[in-house]
Amino acid sequence: MSPWFDRLKAGLSKTRNGLTGSLSSILRGGGLTGADLEALEEVLIAADVGAKVAIELVKGLSGALRRGDDDPIALLKELILERLAGSERPLSLRSDGSPSVVLVAGVNGTGKTTTIAKIASLLRAADPDLPITFAAADTFRAAAIEQLSIWAERVGGDLIGHRPGADPAAVVFDAVDHVIKRGGVLFIDTAGRLQTKHNLMEELKKIERTVQKKLGRPSDERLLVLDATTGQNGIAQAERFHAAIDLTGLVLTKLDSTAKGGVVLAIREALGLPILFVGVGEAAEDLDAFSARQFVEALFD
Amino acid sequence: MFDSLSERLTSLFNRLRGKGALTEDDVSSALREIRLSLLEADVHYKVVKELIERIRERAIGSEVFDSLTPGQQVLKIVRDELAATMGEERRSLSLESRPSAVILVGLQGSGKTTTAAKLAASLKKDGRKPLLVACDLRRPAAVEQLERLGEGIGVPVFKDLELSPPEAARAGLAAAADTLRDVVIVDTAGRLQIDEDMMAEIGEIAASIEPEERILVVDAMTGQEAVNVAVAFDERIDLTGVILAKADGDARGGAALSIRHVTGVPIVYLGTGERVDRLEPFHPKRMAERILGMGDVLTLIERAEEQFDGERAKDLVKRIRDDRFTLQDFLEQLEQMRRLGPLSQLLEHLPGGANLAGSEVDEMELRRTLAILRAMTVEERLNPSIIGGSRKKRIARGSGTKVRDVNRVLSHFEAARRALKSFGSRRGKGRFPADLLGAR
Repeated sequence: MSPWFDRLKAGLSKTRNGLTGSLSSILRGGGLTGADLEALEEVLIAADVGAKVAIELVKGLSGALRRGDDDPIALLKELILERLAGSERPLSLRSDGSPSVVLVAGVNGTGKTTTIAKIASLLRAADPDLPITFAAADTFRAAAIEQLSIWAERVGGDLIGHRPGADPAAVVFDAVDHVIKRGGVLFIDTAGRLQTKHNLMEELKKIERTVQKKLGRPSDERLLVLDATTGQNGIAQAERFHAAIDLTGLVLTKLDSTAKGGVVLAIREALGLPILFVGVGEAAEDLDAFSARQFVEALFD
Repeated sequence: MFDSLSERLTSLFNRLRGKGALTEDDVSSALREIRLSLLEADVHYKVVKELIERIRERAIGSEVFDSLTPGQQVLKIVRDELAATMGEERRSLSLESRPSAVILVGLQGSGKTTTAAKLAASLKKDGRKPLLVACDLRRPAAVEQLERLGEGIGVPVFKDLELSPPEAARAGLAAAADTLRDVVIVDTAGRLQIDEDMMAEIGEIAASIEPEERILVVDAMTGQEAVNVAVAFDERIDLTGVILAKADGDARGGAALSIRHVTGVPIVYLGTGERVDRLEPFHPKRMAERILGMGDVLTLIERAEEQFDGERAKDLVKRIRDDRFTLQDFLEQLEQMRRLGPLSQLLEHLPGGANLAGSEVDEMELRRTLAILRAMTVEERLNPSIIGGSRKKRIARGSGTKVRDVNRVLSHFEAARRALKSFGSRRGKGRFPADLLGAR
């Protein structure tokens, strides 16, 4: 088990008792009663899987179970894993020596800046000489540029930023210019925006267009940072951001809380996006590759 | 994205029509729809369970069976039950002592710092002298963020990076007394409710200044965790209120209902935008309607009432009923509507409007329409029938549009006039437009 799973488990120990209690009572009885199925459905709903997906899963389970005395929970886990097949993928950077661009977007307060810092720290740990550039394209929120520049200093990288209130696309223009000369990886930190804000979503599209114009190709990664405590609105977030910038993947943050981030199952179903990383704490090293197996285990912890 | 619950219930009961009396099974299928809708709105599943039982009892024992519109009846029961759960009308903050203190707590990224500035701006508007106190010494640049926001609204910010958060809070309160500020707003670091050290710290901060108001800031998009978070903070510092941040999106905000139901702590405000003046009072009934996907029509009406001139509105309603609504009125209406704010923001308050905003309603279209109306003479606006081919050409030139655009506006107007007329004659029944125009 990786360290993030241990930390996850440590974090979860407080709530685990209640859930295992209701589950083991299912196990003791042998066959599954209607009440058992409902209890399982509730475990999934409590993990923010959403009523629709939870009902489908439990229906699938009761259909599959008749074959004998399968362990219902193990079977349910397999059913969820099937839905997550192909969801694991590492960060995809250019290997041909040309610069890589990682665009990071999301609603307010999901942890975009921290996530960038964490991914950059991983890259830095793997290669002390890799040039890393940070584009402070959140020119709206007070002190967002300072927050990123503190991280840029800690990780060791260049910060490209303009004054507060500047056009984010102009920042990105300069940053891509910089990374073309310098090589390495560019992280674009965008302002938090609710997916219903038309103008802000247009601004985000403009940022990606700027990259394309300047670089002659799209960003290598266009990541949506999703807070694990988010409920069913996560689906709307993913759909709208995907429609705007054609996402390449998700990062699920704050999984060190008791939240399970179950909404990614519905997102996965709707959009088929891979999940690259999970955030499990505030420190720079609290980031791990997403593991479907561990995610599913945690749903039932 | 979601069909609204009202649509689902209406279609469910329409299918049942003609079957004669409703059975208990029929009510059960309605309750299943209600359950799904509440869960989609992120109401906690245990809270949903209790609500459904209460609704079942009321629905079975009530007038639903005999009603001609069982869908509406059930919906009304659901809404009333939700509103009752949501508690009393807004209560403002209680900040009697001088200086008094508000502490803001919550998870990382829930919106505490922005909310602190919004509260400060709102208190300042009420004639208070707030002091913002920076106690988030963990997140990089959090203090700078608060300072910037403070500068923007003209409210001083107290910070002392040498001190621990509880010491900083106490020093902030002392500084307020020294500088004749009468209320301090303490912005704390985001923390997980299961982080024992950080929760102990928040207890210490609260103990060190004994704030009158202890407010949890919750993201409106929070899922099932909201209850656990609220319970943990409530146990630690005995919350006095909740502010639901980021409520301007399309999240239905079931978290508000769950928190209120489980902890009994009232929701005080909604944060409805990134600007510091975007803090709105909380209305239980409206929140109930929003959670049910019924849209926030009432908020829109209220805002319209602030903007519209009551006397002129009454006059207008009369003109509509008498079928004397002209292009002149149309222009004035559009101009007043512009003063309510951008179209997209208005639409977010309407049922299903969040989906419309931006995609189908074109701000440019509205501007073009205004330009065309303004290019007409008063005579033309009062009597559109005189607008012939050459006048259309002139209007198109004057507004920088094409004759077909002018034609479109004229035919839209004709359609709108007819629609308004039918609303006008149904007053009392379809009250919406009359209310919207501010005539009660």
